[in-house]
Amino acid sequence: MRHIISILMENEPGALSRVVGLFSQRNFNIETLNVAPTEDPSLSRLTVTTVGDDRVIEQITKHLNKLIDVVKLVDLTEGNHIERELMLVKVKALGAARDEVKRTVDIFRAQIVDVTPSLYTVQITGDAGKLDAFLQAMAPVGILEVARTGVSGIARGDKVLSL
Amino acid sequence: MGRQRHTAALDTVESSADRTRDLQGRNTVELLSGADMIARFLQDEGVEYIYGYPGGAALHIYDALFRQDKVKHILVRHEQAATHAADGYARASGKPGCVLVTSGPGATNAVTGIATAYMDSIPMVVLCGQVASHLIGEDAFQETDIVGVTRPIVKHSFAIRHPAEIPEVLKKAFYLAATGRPGPVVVDIPKDMTAPTERYEYVYPKKVKMRSYNPVTRGHTGQIKKAVEMMLKAKRPVFYTGGGVVTGKASEGLTDLVKQLGYPITTTLMGIGSYPQSDRQCLGWLGMHGSYESNMAMHHADLIIAIGARFDDRVTNSTSKFCPTAKIIHVDVDPSSISKTVRADVPIVGPASSVINEMISLVQGQSIGHPEELTDWWQKIDGWRADREGKLYEPSKPGEVLKPQEVVEALCRVTRGEAYVTTDVGQHQMFAAQYYKFDKPNRLITSGGLGTMGFGFPAAMGIKQNFPDDDVVCVTGEGSFQMMMQELSTCKQYGVGVKIVNLNNASLGMVRQWQDLNYKSRHAHSYMESLPDFHMLIEAYGFTAITVTTLDELEPALERAFADKHELVFLDVKVDPFEHVYPMQVPLGAMRDMLLSKTERT
Repeated sequence: MRHIISILMENEPGALSRVVGLFSQRNFNIETLNVAPTEDPSLSRLTVTTVGDDRVIEQITKHLNKLIDVVKLVDLTEGNHIERELMLVKVKALGAARDEVKRTVDIFRAQIVDVTPSLYTVQITGDAGKLDAFLQAMAPVGILEVARTGVSGIARGDKVLSL
Repeated sequence: MGRQRHTAALDTVESSADRTRDLQGRNTVELLSGADMIARFLQDEGVEYIYGYPGGAALHIYDALFRQDKVKHILVRHEQAATHAADGYARASGKPGCVLVTSGPGATNAVTGIATAYMDSIPMVVLCGQVASHLIGEDAFQETDIVGVTRPIVKHSFAIRHPAEIPEVLKKAFYLAATGRPGPVVVDIPKDMTAPTERYEYVYPKKVKMRSYNPVTRGHTGQIKKAVEMMLKAKRPVFYTGGGVVTGKASEGLTDLVKQLGYPITTTLMGIGSYPQSDRQCLGWLGMHGSYESNMAMHHADLIIAIGARFDDRVTNSTSKFCPTAKIIHVDVDPSSISKTVRADVPIVGPASSVINEMISLVQGQSIGHPEELTDWWQKIDGWRADREGKLYEPSKPGEVLKPQEVVEALCRVTRGEAYVTTDVGQHQMFAAQYYKFDKPNRLITSGGLGTMGFGFPAAMGIKQNFPDDDVVCVTGEGSFQMMMQELSTCKQYGVGVKIVNLNNASLGMVRQWQDLNYKSRHAHSYMESLPDFHMLIEAYGFTAITVTTLDELEPALERAFADKHELVFLDVKVDPFEHVYPMQVPLGAMRDMLLSKTERT
């Protein structure tokens, strides 16, 4: 099953490599990875999506917790949560397709953030499924470039991941 | 990710600048260079010996060590030996071992020793010199990203970013190495951090606190209660205990608990001696080459009480066939060891000593639920024991070449079972573990997890220097010994009186055994046609060597070797090259599936 694990860790050089190294060293799998400092500059928040059965996920969380730089973590998929990913896409926008792209962008509640005579740059946020669907819709028009941030997430309700 | 790293680096610089300001506010006046801080810190931390090898990037530190005499530096002949010596010391004493090496090749030579300590959870701090900060990343002379190289084989690592943070970082390193599940910690020290011209205030940090590291100090009381209830109700219980009991200094408690309950106990290779092996309740050790009765008892048990053991593949054999009728209680200080390979029914995260003590207080005054079944269980176990008694190996007949097993038995007699025994890896390691009887913990010093050939001799050296009045013997083979034999020179320099028993079968015995069993005796690159004359080799270093070829020479030679505690003596014992280690678990089988000799199988 797919899991989203959010990690608070020391914003130290090398901390990220310990997390990434752990996954390859123990044969765990990383689907997406997203990391940035938090409002407390001494902490980074890292969100990783991974796939595995319960035994594997239990091992992943235990080994992550064991890393000295990891302060706290939560498996967001254990409860209700909000999951978002941001994607920037350059698509061809020529002739009749130019209007069609604009319409599809509106349907997906995406935004065109840059234009040239021949292409649109589209910004879209949502869960991974929505982003995939948008790419599918754009495929016939011609996708020139895709940049995805990887999944970030947060628990719904009162639950908070902080110190 | 690049931006992330950049930001993090900026933060570190700011915080170390803050720390310098903090330091200026304190009421101390001692100004020390980074190198002197390291020497002073090691003194204040109580480090007696540090094992190392100098080189460009570590020279400021070497100069600081030279100008003091509390911390004794032992110059090895290869950095791997420094880590094994510190490791041996740590295993025998329970205190962290300490190593100092230079950058690049010095640090990479230490890698095998760091991995050895990591796999067996041995506390160790390795100080590595590094090229100056402004050269890092430029492929400078003798530059290696040692923090990167060692990342998967350390408990944690640090890189010094400012000389002022040296005391705090070193304190953290020792604290991390020795607490929780112990392990090696690497500290990377760029040369400019130890420059003699730059001096900062030094204060020995007495305490250390890390928000991201809080090792458990006791187990969950409810879980312990539940475990004890199961223990009292068990009909066919077995204790299965490991290195965690030894490193967790819980042997006495364990012995109490096991004696109170009257249950059988088997230990892992790493746990040997944590319960006296001469006691009737001890079935020996278990696993791949463990005792017949241990493996049989495990397979037929209805309750396994695992403490400080990690269900290693050399213990369990095929996990799908592991102990089919047993419930499992698993006590370990490291939660990631629990339910890693075998699912625990009652997991308890906590240090062995405190959990065992709680168990003892719960067991006291209680009577076990099924005394008759326990009697039956013991009858069964004694039956298994009797089955194999006197059939473990065939002793040599007069005029025949010696069996390695009888050499170890003679060694045990001559040293009254009280020596520190280190081993290398292979057949001799298994024979030493099988035929030397250990009644105390920390006495069998062996590379269990990584299986490092070359470990035994430098480890013995580290132990002997710290326990000069005890007998320290390295049981080795001619293959393993040649991996670290340059340390004879170190022993000569410091007068280290270890004994070396070389079980010389003129072949890589364990490799040969596997080739006999699995490759129709095609001994691919296992036979050694070019062995040195060990007698002459040892004498070249000025030590005594004795060659033993017959049984009647054996005990006198051993007596001679152990006559003087301060003399290094090398026994080159020619043993049967065709001997195999048995029992041996059958691959992919259950624990009870064993080869018992070249012709018998369970």
